[in-house]
Amino acid sequence: MEVLLFGIAKDITGKSSLDLSALKEKPNSVSELMHFMNSSYPELSKLSSLAVAVNGEYATIDVPLQSNDEIAIIPPVSGG
Amino acid sequence: MQKPIIEIVDKIDTAVVYDELSDAASGGICVFVGTVRDFTNKEAVVSLEFESYKTMALSEMRKIADQASSKWPLNKVVIRHAVGLKKVQEAVVVVGVSAAHRTECFEACKFLIDTLKETVPIWKKEVFKNKTVWVSAHP
Repeated sequence: MEVLLFGIAKDITGKSSLDLSALKEKPNSVSELMHFMNSSYPELSKLSSLAVAVNGEYATIDVPLQSNDEIAIIPPVSGG
Repeated sequence: MQKPIIEIVDKIDTAVVYDELSDAASGGICVFVGTVRDFTNKEAVVSLEFESYKTMALSEMRKIADQASSKWPLNKVVIRHAVGLKKVQEAVVVVGVSAAHRTECFEACKFLIDTLKETVPIWKKEVFKNKTVWVSAHP
């Protein structure tokens, strides 16, 4: 289970992706992933917003996660 | 609407968008170009750095083009964003539409850039002389 990281989330974690496959309890939903990320990297919880994308679509917290999903952490966007 | 032009590029050539939007059935073309401003809160900006989640950014840009064409009768749509290091005055984004009448041109063009800024996964870091700041990251 790989999680892609962008922008300030990449700076906070020091990585452009996180491999969660070795975790004993892998996050089963977006909500569990958010909890894991915020507790592992408290600086993430100070951001204006934090979204998760699953397979290239914004995902609500109840969306379940499969190990082959493309998962990404989306910090506040600032294009334009 | 004809197939929209949706791209993420290294460098924006603002000269091509007019030809891309030009269209016999259209009475008007509206284009917005976003550029790098020299100051933020009285601090001199050296450059901006843009990064994208490319596959998702392109699909979100496509959604915005589709939404715009369902709200207004548009003939052509262009949404193009640059990534990488951009100096002061360089173009970083260009959006534009052509349509039969000007009202839908202006409204749709504003919708494209306003929605892009809200939903498309692209991030901008401001580089100042002594620090860098991810824009809008913190409240």
